[in-house]
Amino acid sequence: MATEAIGSVEALHASRLTPRWLAAGVIAVVVAAVLGLTIGPANISPIDVVQELLNELPGVSVDSGLSSSRSAIVTEIRFPRVVLGALVGGLLAITGGAYQGAFRNPLADPFLLGVAAGAGLGATLAIAGSFGDGAGYLDATPVAAFVGALLAVAMAWTAGHLGGKSTVSLVLSGVAVASFLTACQTYVLQRNNDVIREVYSWILGRLATSGWDEVTLILPYFIVTCFVILRYRRALDVLAVGDEEAASLGISPTRVRAIVVLAASLGAAAAVSVAGLIGFVGIIVPHAVRLVVGVSNRIVLPLSVLFGAAFVVLADLAARTLITPAELPIGVVTAFFGAPFFVLVLRTSRREIW
Amino acid sequence: MTTAIRLSGVHVTIDGAHILKGVDLQVARGEWVNVIGPNGAGKTTLLRAIAGAIPATGSIEIDGAPAPTRSALGRTVAIVPQSPTIPPGVTVTDYVLLGRTPHRGPFAGDSPRDLQIAADALTRLDLAGFAARAVASLSGGERQRVVLARALVQQADLLLLDEPTTALDLGHQQDVLELVDGLRRDVGLTVVTTLHDLTLAGRYGERIVLLDRGEVVASGAPNDVLTEAMISKHFGATVRILDDGEGPVILPKVRRSSERLRQSRE
Repeated sequence: MATEAIGSVEALHASRLTPRWLAAGVIAVVVAAVLGLTIGPANISPIDVVQELLNELPGVSVDSGLSSSRSAIVTEIRFPRVVLGALVGGLLAITGGAYQGAFRNPLADPFLLGVAAGAGLGATLAIAGSFGDGAGYLDATPVAAFVGALLAVAMAWTAGHLGGKSTVSLVLSGVAVASFLTACQTYVLQRNNDVIREVYSWILGRLATSGWDEVTLILPYFIVTCFVILRYRRALDVLAVGDEEAASLGISPTRVRAIVVLAASLGAAAAVSVAGLIGFVGIIVPHAVRLVVGVSNRIVLPLSVLFGAAFVVLADLAARTLITPAELPIGVVTAFFGAPFFVLVLRTSRREIW
Repeated sequence: MTTAIRLSGVHVTIDGAHILKGVDLQVARGEWVNVIGPNGAGKTTLLRAIAGAIPATGSIEIDGAPAPTRSALGRTVAIVPQSPTIPPGVTVTDYVLLGRTPHRGPFAGDSPRDLQIAADALTRLDLAGFAARAVASLSGGERQRVVLARALVQQADLLLLDEPTTALDLGHQQDVLELVDGLRRDVGLTVVTTLHDLTLAGRYGERIVLLDRGEVVASGAPNDVLTEAMISKHFGATVRILDDGEGPVILPKVRRSSERLRQSRE
């Protein structure tokens, strides 16, 4: 092969995550977090919030001048909730982007393989099963939702592979499993009228926290899922040319898809188990990033984590402040503000993404 | 001359249908072989089998080595499909860089060497001005060159082209085939193409392999394979063959209905 250089590398436009966009994503998360920590029924200034957080760092002692109860509002109520929102948002957005890449389908979202229906059934059973015996149901719900979500994906995966190896058969079996589990859930609800309200509020999503418990529950899944998906971001770009051509480029499409989908399902199940069904994030965040920055998964997946986190933290802020003292379900907020925003991006972008 | 491809007794069965039935084929290093044959003869299947894209029985040796790993195959054989999948929104640079996949670790990024190879390929194929454009926005001829550039950066010694001239006008057909010929000389590629246009098949490349119903029925110089009798027998076509000094020119003859009937009975 002739090796003399004849082309100019400067003329190339290889996609990569530029420091500028990475910084924009980090700034979005920080701004959203500061707003989330500052705004609320108790009025605490941003400077006090920052001082209070610095004080939390090991080896740092800063006196914010806040009373201990107001200091507790920041560090024990708002802070865990903001962190949980960021983790859930980042997870939903990156798993949505990963599903879209793995299935080469713009409509794929983290709930494609029955995660939502499985988690819904699990949560319903947990709430209905222990309703009336005091506060116990609150603890069982996330675990039951998580197990339900993973069982649903396992069912869809098994059924899909019985019907052939194409991604379409996997998606269709996801639809079948979701319908089946939703039917089961509806039956359980009909038999337990008294819990409908409780289950419904779970379905619409909420970021209610009890200290740092939920954060520690979801954090390992966040790390594993993001690590695996980001590692496979380039392989997902190769998968975009179709399985046969990807194979001729030395990639194993079946293996890449299996690993990415399993990692994404695990992450989606974890997010759903602590936050309920927050819809829309997994679809709009990756697509908005594609429309604005570019279609390569090397850009879309990392930026989805950051902008997904910022988006859900802001949505939660709106959910708990718009109709104070009551709270809106966060799933309502993500769709109500997310949809018009997405249409705006869709209208103004000249990029063809799908 | 060393052998680049050696197929012996290659069988391919798809959904119970026998597409290739014991194909024997040898291609020498640096040779250009055109595979012709009627629709459904198994031309595309033959290329896919050589590229390792579909399971085949029998022996397929590339550069004297049987059954290499998937990424080793990607470094040895580059295939340009008849209708490649162009991911929506992908830029020319990113698309061409996909061809470097078999050369790097599964999780590695674009090295400076990858970028230099891609830049060279774009320049060589006159695509440097398109680097930032979306592949989907290009014309058919430009797109064909982009896919060729992706195959080129694989730095494989063996280039397989499936109907590279379909959907191109006459000028672009010539451009693409001349380009392939130039690359073959400059870079030392071995080329196997499938072609529907028999006149073109007789002008570019050295040898013609005629495939019919999954078997090689003739192989040799254009003048030996492209005869009126062969074309009548295997394509069911009535043609006249002229020679303009550069190769056989295949002209279809208008058939009367009685002739058509007689031919279809044969």
